[in-house]
Amino acid sequence: MTAAAPAIAVEGLSKSFGGRMVVDALSLTVPAGKIMGFLGPNGSGKTTTIRLLCGLLTPDHGRGTCLGLDILTQSHEIRRQIGYMTQKFSFYEDLSIVENLDFVSRVFDLPDRKRKVADTLERLGLADRRHQLAGQLSGGWKQRLALAACILHEPRLLLLDEPTAGVDPKARRDFWEQIHALAADGLTVLVSTHYMDEAERCHEIAYLAYGHLLARGTVAEVIADAGLITFTAQESGTGMKRIADLARALAGLPGLDLVAPFGSALHVGGGDAALLRHSLAPFLGDSDFVWREDAPTLEDVFIHLMSSSTDNFAGGVR
Amino acid sequence: MSRFGVSAHRLWAMILKEFIQMRRDRLTFAMMVGIPLIQLILFGFAINSDPRHLPLAVLDADRGPFGRALVATMQVSRYFDLVHFVANEDESEQLLAEGRVQFVVTIPADFSRRVARGERPALLVEADATDPAATSGALGALETLARTALDRDLTGSLTGLKATPPPFELRIHRRYNQEADTQYNVVPGLMGVVLTMTLVIMTALAVTRERERGTMENLLVMPLRPIEVMLGKIAPYVLVGYIQVAVIVVTARLVFAVPIVGSLLLLTLTSIVFIAANLAIGFTFSTVAKNQTQAMQLSFFFFLPSILLSGFMFPFRGMPVWAQYLGEILPLTHFLRVVRGIMLKGNGPGEIAAEVGALAAILLVVSVIAVRRYRQTLD
Ligand SMILES: Nc1ncnc2c1ncn2[C@@H]1O[C@H](COP(=O)(O)OP(=O)(O)OP(=O)(O)O)[C@@H](O)[C@H]1O
Ligand SMILES: [Mg+2]
Repeated sequence: MTAAAPAIAVEGLSKSFGGRMVVDALSLTVPAGKIMGFLGPNGSGKTTTIRLLCGLLTPDHGRGTCLGLDILTQSHEIRRQIGYMTQKFSFYEDLSIVENLDFVSRVFDLPDRKRKVADTLERLGLADRRHQLAGQLSGGWKQRLALAACILHEPRLLLLDEPTAGVDPKARRDFWEQIHALAADGLTVLVSTHYMDEAERCHEIAYLAYGHLLARGTVAEVIADAGLITFTAQESGTGMKRIADLARALAGLPGLDLVAPFGSALHVGGGDAALLRHSLAPFLGDSDFVWREDAPTLEDVFIHLMSSSTDNFAGGVR
Repeated sequence: MSRFGVSAHRLWAMILKEFIQMRRDRLTFAMMVGIPLIQLILFGFAINSDPRHLPLAVLDADRGPFGRALVATMQVSRYFDLVHFVANEDESEQLLAEGRVQFVVTIPADFSRRVARGERPALLVEADATDPAATSGALGALETLARTALDRDLTGSLTGLKATPPPFELRIHRRYNQEADTQYNVVPGLMGVVLTMTLVIMTALAVTRERERGTMENLLVMPLRPIEVMLGKIAPYVLVGYIQVAVIVVTARLVFAVPIVGSLLLLTLTSIVFIAANLAIGFTFSTVAKNQTQAMQLSFFFFLPSILLSGFMFPFRGMPVWAQYLGEILPLTHFLRVVRGIMLKGNGPGEIAAEVGALAAILLVVSVIAVRRYRQTLD
């Protein structure tokens, strides 16, 4: 494999559960050495896609490679070279931190096992609590343990499924520092997240909704591609009307794809500039509010994408 | 990719992990040692090897001096409670069938006269051998009892009849349970039952627990092969199985004075096949069950026929043929023959080879099924 070859390259990947299409003809390329953010609403198929990539699920259709290895036929080889951090903590709660790491290091038959475990403990700040049972750790520390266990065997590709869910801001920042440090060493990372600030820390992001890949690229590219126009209305303080009244009045007007209050401000936006301006025209002159056109945020783009794609699973089990 | 290639370091990783987890699970560990002890003590009292006051009926068609002497002796014996004098066979048949007496002693007509003539007449004993432990000891006692009773009356010209053989022939007719060859059938059998029960459940839970706790996903994504997971899960419980065997053998010997005729070494060596077979069965269950409750249910579903059709509860040869065929595929059936053979009859390797072979065949078939069923994906 040359350095330019992508770490992940899959085409037309599909998976359905009981007739429900969960991942639909997904094609995705992740360049080697990059951090790719994987975003999308709950149930959009992020976890399923990651499982397809590491051979935990067999795709119904499609093909592709991970680290140049075929995901259909070489999953045993793939498993040796990737680190997969599951969404739900999946290490042994009745084993201590160091026992969990020992287990992993033995399974991978790591050379110089003891030193490697000690180094990893040190690197992730786990050394002081090495003998604590994993089950007694708080959420953030569990995540650190899970990350430590996934990088122990020095994988070339990390698949992280919501690694920072429920982790405090400081710990999240530390976590991302770790990930960037690892990427600097040449590791490729595919990381799913619901946090916008984390998406912005990625080299590239991929947005998945209901099994379809809707957007891909750097944060700036994704925002630009969405073609979204946004305005913010601020209460001027002189009038009687409040933001809530404005939100009510604007609701349902054509061209307004998103209407979101932020404290004493209202953030509105839409994909069709002409239609949006037309709908807003009667309100722009209202002296109770100060209007300002601004740049759409990544969150605006995602909410817009989410509302324009339909949840084909809604309605429950058929 | 090979499903059967085993790497020592991965297997060792699994075994170590399982050992640590087993050690942490104190309650389960205590149960594994406690269950055999409790069972043994419960059953041990039930099989009271020296039963007393067993209900007995007498049909005295002789009404001669020797018959009367016999009856008198039985009346004072602590072994028996003479609860009925019956007039005919129909009556005795009914008493036995209803379980109101355990023995009926029939003193035939002309018994006294024929004893005096030295003809060694038959003294018929019908025994309800449903519970072999209860009957066997008493039957032995009965013979001695009858002899002492008669010896006292064999005076004067009859003194010569005191010599062995006894002046009568004790004809024992076991009812309901012809195979009852020993009063200690139960304790060695119990070893097989306890092993079946605990080991199947332990492994059935060991894998479903991983699935329920979500650790399975991680285990699957690591480069472990099915056979390594299976062997790794099974190996620590082999040790547990041996602890149980030791507990039972020691208790059987010290508390219940069960004789151990054969070689303990042979027993130890053959037990491993049986232990492994049960563990493989448990592992197979865990590949079928979706959660721990289902795993428990499957284990009990397997446990019931094991107890009923293996020859533990009912004599094997007394069962209908189809049930015997079913029984033959259960490991417990073969192990019972092995363990009873070794402990009670002093069987050597030659005599038990066929049964051990059957156990090995079961182990092989089940292991292949288990490894094939073990999914390497979450589909
Ligand atoms: N084993 C399964 N059997 C049946 N349905 C499944 C299975 N796994 C996932 N699904 C369904 O597939 C859909 C996608 O699930 P998935 O876990 O991939 O979503 P996700 O993007 O990871 O969501 P979240 O952000 O909540 O983690 C969901 O509707 C889920 O119910
Ligand atoms: Mg998920």
